Amino acid sequence: MAAPAPHILVIGYGNPGRGDDGLGPYVTGALVRWPELAAVRCEIDYQLAVEHAAMVAEADIVVFVDAATEGPAPFALLPATPESDRTFSSHSVSPGQLLGLACDLFHARPQAWLLAVRGQDFAPFTEVLSPVAQAHADAAIEFLRSWLTQRVTEPAADAVSAPREMPCKTAST
Amino acid sequence: MKRVVIEPVTRVEGHGKVTILLDAQGCVQQARLHIVEFRGFERFVQGRPFWEVPVLVQRLCGICPVSHHLAAAKAMDRIVGGEKLTPTAEKIRRLMHYGQFFQSHALHFFHLCSPDLLFGFDADPATRNVVGVAGRYPDLAVQGVMMRKYGQEIILRTAGKKIHGTGAIPGGVNKNLSLTERDELLKDLEKNLVWSRKAVHIAKEYTVAHLEELTPFGSFDSNHLSIVRADGALELYDGNLRAITPGGDKIFDQVDCQNYFGYLREEVRSWSYMKFPFIKALGPADGWYRVGPLARLNTCDFIDTPEAEAARREFTAVTKGRPNNITMAYHWARMIELLHAIEKIAELLHDPDLQGTDLTVSGERRGETVGIIEAPRGTLIHHYRVDAQDQVTMANLIVSTTHNNEPMNRAVQRVAEQFLSGNEITEGLLNRVEVAIRAYDPCLSCATHALGRMPLVVELRDAAGHLIDQRGRGVSAAALAAADALRPAAP
Repeated sequence: MAAPAPHILVIGYGNPGRGDDGLGPYVTGALVRWPELAAVRCEIDYQLAVEHAAMVAEADIVVFVDAATEGPAPFALLPATPESDRTFSSHSVSPGQLLGLACDLFHARPQAWLLAVRGQDFAPFTEVLSPVAQAHADAAIEFLRSWLTQRVTEPAADAVSAPREMPCKTAST
Repeated sequence: MKRVVIEPVTRVEGHGKVTILLDAQGCVQQARLHIVEFRGFERFVQGRPFWEVPVLVQRLCGICPVSHHLAAAKAMDRIVGGEKLTPTAEKIRRLMHYGQFFQSHALHFFHLCSPDLLFGFDADPATRNVVGVAGRYPDLAVQGVMMRKYGQEIILRTAGKKIHGTGAIPGGVNKNLSLTERDELLKDLEKNLVWSRKAVHIAKEYTVAHLEELTPFGSFDSNHLSIVRADGALELYDGNLRAITPGGDKIFDQVDCQNYFGYLREEVRSWSYMKFPFIKALGPADGWYRVGPLARLNTCDFIDTPEAEAARREFTAVTKGRPNNITMAYHWARMIELLHAIEKIAELLHDPDLQGTDLTVSGERRGETVGIIEAPRGTLIHHYRVDAQDQVTMANLIVSTTHNNEPMNRAVQRVAEQFLSGNEITEGLLNRVEVAIRAYDPCLSCATHALGRMPLVVELRDAAGHLIDQRGRGVSAAALAAADALRPAAP
């Protein structure tokens, strides 16, 4: 008997009014055009906040999509794990803190990944991606489409054929 | 003189730095909350067509975009002569607004402030956080998450999108609430009502039990400002301005928001990008005031929802009916507003006007306009001029945290006077300074357009500018060294 399709959540976050900081929402927003990903839940927000913990807790696989200020281009896919430091100080939380909250509050520990898409221009009040970031976004969308499709159609797949060379610093960390 | 620097402040939004100057005797001479970022939004919006503004202003920050969305929409209503909205449009906007209040107040109380209240100001920072709350009070931590989520769901259903919602447009709204959407929101209404009652109870019990300690903590007499309804009721969406003295006498009342500039002015000080508003008739020295939950409960005569009104009466009984000037009472006031918001949400979700189809109005065109709304953190003023080509030619925003600039500085000074002595920076002192600021739920992102999380660095310097003590929380040794290298010498 085939394994049931996992509940996959993609959260793209960032401020589209700050140039390449909008990479997360842009990439995530593009996923809805693919019929094969209709079962994937795509969420877009300015930033990660505590209420996302309830959403994360309902998922089997979570992909956080954020703009990266440094690190590999065009993107890097990195495993995300619950952070032991959950002393967050603002309304905004990190993927690790969010996973920690999901674990503490809802006893959930989904597989989680951070797709860090490299940006270039984070100037405020710019509502379009820079040409470099646009190219990175296009590459990330193609990759994510394939990666997610594999997990939707072959739920047992757990291999990740994505670059993991270098840790990267995202715009929200 | 010695200088104590607390930079940046934790568990508030944006970047802030606290500097406490000591005199030769080690007594606090001056305390300042520095805002070091620059906000250029008022220039950015110039030249843009007015109908874009309610969406554009949400770029100010991701914390309370709904408040800016609605304040700008209220202003632009007047540009198109549509300030008298249809019942459906006004109620949809109000539902969006109460959803914003609900989620904002819930997050602030349960996840940012409750660790201080539940564990005490001197508790180990390793447990005085939301993880500690989750460990000892798991139900409360989960409720905080679910209440925040409920408020966000209301915003999504009324604004259309989580990011850059477009629900409010000049002269009305672009969608109503479908029956399906209403029924989805009704499913979780009752439990959020129950949780809200419990939150008020927690805040009240804490405040009353610790009244002797809290009454002097960062407290001082102040004027208070908010909008109120024509009959004096608490009003969060639309009303007229009222300001009262620390004793409750009215400085002005029922001032049309369009005339705010005749009553309020802003002072610029060289050491801060954030301006200092004051009541014109009293001048900058005596005319500063507080806004936000505490001020609103002081200025209003009553609350028009039964449970919140009962809670307000208990609140005012503590000060025998006089205005409450206890800084830490902000938390109790905030939870009373939370209860009011969910009562209003319940009222609106049962109102068939939300399914109406008459969404917009228009009338006589105007060229200058003011939109004032009570945001979760306090009074929010948007003032615009629009030319004949529909382009914005002037914008002036006075955001909630800016109104509370002087009070936050005074709160820091009071706490420093009470708890700072000698050459050692204690964890207890640091947290008390932050607790006093946090009571105001400041959003420095909004006031200054800064983003980011805030590690904590504290320095104590002698009169010559030499570092004699330093404490860091949530920062690396390299960051401490970098901060030290960048720090200007003390005067």
